[in-house]
Amino acid sequence: MKKTQLYVLAFLLATIGLGATWYKWQVLKFPMLPVEETEVWEIQARVEFEARRGPNRATLRLPDNPPGFTILDERFVARNYGMTIERDRDGRRVIWAIRRASGPQALYYRSTIYRDQFSEQRARPPEPPTPGSWEEPFATARITLLEDVREKSVDSASFAGELMRRLNAAQPTEEVRLLGEGVRTIDDRVRLAVSLLGDRQISARPVYGLLLAGNDANASLVPYLQVFDTSELVWRMVDPVNGRIGWPDNFLVWSIGPQPVLDVDGERRGRVSFSMQRSLADALETAKARLEARDRNLIAYSLLDLPLQAQEVYKILLLVPIGAFIMLILRNLVGIKTFGTFMPVLIALAFNWTGLLPGVALFFVVITMGLLVRFYMERLKLLLVPRLTAVLIVVVILMALVSVVSNRLGIEVGLSVALFPMIIMTMVIERVSVAWEERGPGFAISQALGSIAIAALAYLAMGQKHLQHAIFVFPELLLVLLALTLLLGRYSGYRLTELFRFRALAREAAAKTGA
Amino acid sequence: MLNPFAIAKRLRQIGLVGIGQRNAEFVLRYNQRKYYPRVDDKLITKALAIEAGLPVPELYAVVREEHEIGELHGRIRDREQFVVKPAHGSGGDGILVVTGRRGEKYRRSNGALMGREEFEHHLSNMLSGLFSLGGQPDHILVEYCVQFDPVFDNVSYKGVPDIRIISFLGYPVMAMIRLPTRMSDGKANLHQGAIGVGIDIPTGTTRRGVWGTEPVKEHPDTEHSIVGLSIPHWDELLLIGAKAYELSKLGYVGVDVVLDKVHGPMVLELNARPGLAIQIANGNGLLHRLRKIQALEAEGRLSSDPAERVAFSKANFPTR
Repeated sequence: MKKTQLYVLAFLLATIGLGATWYKWQVLKFPMLPVEETEVWEIQARVEFEARRGPNRATLRLPDNPPGFTILDERFVARNYGMTIERDRDGRRVIWAIRRASGPQALYYRSTIYRDQFSEQRARPPEPPTPGSWEEPFATARITLLEDVREKSVDSASFAGELMRRLNAAQPTEEVRLLGEGVRTIDDRVRLAVSLLGDRQISARPVYGLLLAGNDANASLVPYLQVFDTSELVWRMVDPVNGRIGWPDNFLVWSIGPQPVLDVDGERRGRVSFSMQRSLADALETAKARLEARDRNLIAYSLLDLPLQAQEVYKILLLVPIGAFIMLILRNLVGIKTFGTFMPVLIALAFNWTGLLPGVALFFVVITMGLLVRFYMERLKLLLVPRLTAVLIVVVILMALVSVVSNRLGIEVGLSVALFPMIIMTMVIERVSVAWEERGPGFAISQALGSIAIAALAYLAMGQKHLQHAIFVFPELLLVLLALTLLLGRYSGYRLTELFRFRALAREAAAKTGA
Repeated sequence: MLNPFAIAKRLRQIGLVGIGQRNAEFVLRYNQRKYYPRVDDKLITKALAIEAGLPVPELYAVVREEHEIGELHGRIRDREQFVVKPAHGSGGDGILVVTGRRGEKYRRSNGALMGREEFEHHLSNMLSGLFSLGGQPDHILVEYCVQFDPVFDNVSYKGVPDIRIISFLGYPVMAMIRLPTRMSDGKANLHQGAIGVGIDIPTGTTRRGVWGTEPVKEHPDTEHSIVGLSIPHWDELLLIGAKAYELSKLGYVGVDVVLDKVHGPMVLELNARPGLAIQIANGNGLLHRLRKIQALEAEGRLSSDPAERVAFSKANFPTR
């Protein structure tokens, strides 16, 4: 009858909870384990130049959405300089300006970079280059070289790759030697290749980037050749040394195009040096920062964006359902009897501040002393509410006393008892004493021990670092817990303690059937 | 027989109802919340029972306010014996049985004397809700102290033997008598050490007893046999059990009855969540009997005549 409805509801809740968790885990990359770490690089670009008299202005090109990476954080360090950041077709750059400066100047750009998923971005086709006109014998050499290359290629990328290989050959051909006069660095060769490709109306450009490795205090930008693939509408990377096509691993694109990375007052003055440091950052922080960089709303509506203090509160609050669930299992499946329904969970929460063993010890000390006071109050014939109030006051005094004494003895646990919920203690004392009188000491003590045992168990479960982390980062899991609770809500089988209680009946039944 | 699964299987065979099943399939389904006050407040129960023509102990006084406690001494001046109980108490908690006086003091059933101040303090605790479920403020009943029928004198130690009948949709399904022992301090609570003795519904004779978890044939204090006793006024008792349904409107209800020397059976209280120990006392599970009545319900053959229902129970629910 209504049971199907319950199952459907539980199934839906569990599906939503698990689905959301899976999405956050697999797609948004929230870490499932508390100590998970991700690779993060701290990159620093140091700009040095000799200031000249009067105003100085330095322009440094900056990485702009580098493919395969996310910039988590950027910092600019330039004392007394005015700073503006510009972005246009050529990318992003920072302009530092100062009215008066003298002597050597040092400016810094620092960023934290996280390895992200790589996806090839489609680009708008650039204007095809216009072929230049060349004098002889260069014109013939270029045509011969390009014809040779053309024989061995199928598209623009393989064309560029083959060209790059020939320019780098150990035994260059006649034409390459002629064209390569004065070409020494890889950068020069890339620029030569761009110019040669231009003759064939193939769009190409140099890109500069860092090859991210471990720690490197003195890294430098590496040039690469990019060729536009007109059929796929993407820029293809061509290795400038061996002509291999494809994105290299760990290549962080810093700037695109032939413009210099650093420009001081329109001159090629000054020097830029790079350093990088690889570190392992907390995956949770990284995921948070990364999502924030991508879309603020993803984080703005999650617990991670709460003020730190509130987060701490929720870290504990979200554990209460776990404790309550354990309570449910122990009471309804096992059949342990306790004082009050959720009292053990509250006691377990209190243990969070004191630790388990000191907590249990303190609990017993305060409860025992409170009980003695309560029994004395009984003789004074106080009414219920005044008596509860009196016990509460005594409990507070007792706790203060325990704290002071343990502080004197140099034991630290006593101090945290101050956070022990006093009302809970008072209620426990009252209930224990009533049970003591009505049902006898054995009953009262066994129920108190049952409560403490469940509290300890709940505390241990709630103290699981993995569980704590999982619930805080994926609060959707509470829906799964809710589904389980609903299912258990209709459990009507025997409880474990009932089997013990009725075992004589079972024995009899077995004897009767002769089994 | 240590394997829990084997135990569970056996128990299922004899139809033992566990607490989970009792709550999910019977209490939640047949007992509507709105009727709970009818059994939770003994004052309401008493009024309804009188209306239904069921015998109850005569009510001497009701105490609702703190100041009325002091006045109580005057109001019950003429009563030598009486019982003071919280209206919302459960399991006999807080009940005070006064069997005599000595000057200003009251003599309790266990022989101890109780001064006025102590008496007033106890009543004040009752009013504050010390003995009520959930601790809400309570009121107090002062009523006739039942004079126990001497038939059970041989098999009870000092206190109050009472008869518990479980009634399902008005059909008495199982019954037991609870005998106090020295261990239970005169109280009729099984978990405090009283003996539960199962009663065969058709004949009204006791069949077998259980003390703690072990079957017993003799009373541990008096050494008299507890098997084969025949309960006086048995048909009347069954009829009371059957009528409890109309009275309380609760489908699954436990009725506690005592036998008075003069007045015969008297209803003490009703319980919306009767315990399961009655199954141990009878050596039988409740489930098979409850299912029989659910079968009647499914066929629409439930009777509205209490006498007819008693007849059905007597024909169908023997305790072997």
